Amino acid sequence: MHHPLRNKLSLLALLLALALTSLSISLMIGSVDIAPGELWPLLWQNDGGSHYRIIHELRLPRTVSAFAVGGVLALAGLLMQALLRNPLADPYILGVSGGAAVAVLGAMLMGLPFAWQAPMAFGGALASILLLFGLAHSGNWNTTRLLLTGVVLAAGWSALISFVLSLSPPVQLPGMLFWLMGDLSDALNPALPVAVLVLGLVLALWLAPALNLAQLGTARAASLGVRIRRLHMFVYLLASLLTAAAVSIAGAIGFVGLIAPHMLRLASGSDHRILIPGAVLLGGSLLVLADTAARTLIAPMQLPVGVLTALLGVPMFLYLLNRGIAGKTA
Amino acid sequence: MRNPLLHVHELSVRIGDTQVCKGLSLDILAGQCWGILGPNGAGKTTLLHTLGGLHAADAGQILYHNRPLRDIGARELARLRGMLFQNESPDFPGSLFETVLSGRHPHLGRLGWETPEDLDIARQAIRTVGLDGLEQRRAQTLSGGERQRMEIAMLLAQAPQLGLLDEPSNHLDPDQQIVMLRLLKKRFNAERKALVMVLHDVNLAMRFCDHLLLLKGNGQQLSGSTWEIATEKNIQWLYQHPVSLLQAQGTTCIHFL
Repeated sequence: MHHPLRNKLSLLALLLALALTSLSISLMIGSVDIAPGELWPLLWQNDGGSHYRIIHELRLPRTVSAFAVGGVLALAGLLMQALLRNPLADPYILGVSGGAAVAVLGAMLMGLPFAWQAPMAFGGALASILLLFGLAHSGNWNTTRLLLTGVVLAAGWSALISFVLSLSPPVQLPGMLFWLMGDLSDALNPALPVAVLVLGLVLALWLAPALNLAQLGTARAASLGVRIRRLHMFVYLLASLLTAAAVSIAGAIGFVGLIAPHMLRLASGSDHRILIPGAVLLGGSLLVLADTAARTLIAPMQLPVGVLTALLGVPMFLYLLNRGIAGKTA
Repeated sequence: MRNPLLHVHELSVRIGDTQVCKGLSLDILAGQCWGILGPNGAGKTTLLHTLGGLHAADAGQILYHNRPLRDIGARELARLRGMLFQNESPDFPGSLFETVLSGRHPHLGRLGWETPEDLDIARQAIRTVGLDGLEQRRAQTLSGGERQRMEIAMLLAQAPQLGLLDEPSNHLDPDQQIVMLRLLKKRFNAERKALVMVLHDVNLAMRFCDHLLLLKGNGQQLSGSTWEIATEKNIQWLYQHPVSLLQAQGTTCIHFL
């Protein structure tokens, strides 16, 4: 018998192909269509034409940002699901995006300049992370308590968001709603999301063996040499910081962090050494495709990408859930 | 005097309102097989978890090879002692093979990749407990008895020096109880190894264990070799139930009246 992961490497190859395809599609489609044969030379050679500038100044930064943000969200969702041992966990379940949203909407309401948005989002998310950590950390740290505290905190943020929205002048509402639904049209500097993705991926892969054992139950993992409390805290902080970074770059994009890890679990089982890179590739591809649709469907207007991920995500998730339940009873 | 694998000195353990043990001292030497007996709720599992480092003691010392338990790193400890759980979460998301293979974790390198040798050890452990052919089955779909044997295989793959087993005969058919206990005893009777088992069945304990620890659940305890401890009087005291000793075909049995 060979290593149990060997048959699963072909799945990763498939996902890599999907990622490259979706990246190419996103680069080719838009106000100006670029033929497939033209794309490759344009990526490397400046012919001085407008196509080169469209690719390099507009589409490439946005596409790469979308991929990185999608990958980060899928990774954060996977980690949250592993931490809480709850299949319905997503990156936002513990209120990270709520904290970010309150800070950003507050900044918009006070008329702070646009450049403040990303730092405010990150600050709000960080405040929420630390608040929850402090609340759940005092006394007995366990994930059930973390989940309950986080969900209640998220509900509190949500009430504050409604409060700010109801105070805001109508002229500001569309901008606020765009932010709340998630939007990549301002994500034109891919260096930050790519760095976050790479760092998150490396740390998560390093944790993968311990995450696999943690699935077997706290005591069993501890008996096999996992410092489970430390692992839980580290995973909480890593997942939350990844979410905070994603939210401050692109707002609260829903469903990628929920469905990408689930689709992978159904296809590849439970080993995090496959799930982690797989979720990054799948989440990245999904967001690139959704963003391509968001900026082309009703061009020249743009939709917030979060609307598309939700519109794609809801039926996909319901389908998977039903299939999963049917598979279990069969 | 031989160097004990596990040395327990003046150990006191509480859980909730139960005083599991008080001032308990014992040495577990290589080659020994200990049985822990006691009424329901006496804290047998808690004591087992305390010995394994998963539950904090109130007072006293636990030393593995003369080193305090708290000074031993988690991975090293997982090579020294392995545990078999009774009521641990039933979630096994992977296949039987993957689950048994996870027992190798404390032996893997920093990157956590299994070598062909680890795969071999896992496969052999599965064969030893008689589950070969089911390697690719999803572990969640196994029956209670198969799952118990899978967990025993996981422990065999982990290959610790001290086995701390909570109800190893749980869910097993009568014949499999004997087969599995015999197998475990043989594996842990080797050089530098020892076994501690929590058992409900006094007769299984008398048959397989050379030493017994009786936990009353009120801080009182008795420990020593099986022939000293397993008397009518002691067992009656432990369970508050009349018993008599039966002798048949060269073995002694406790009969609960």
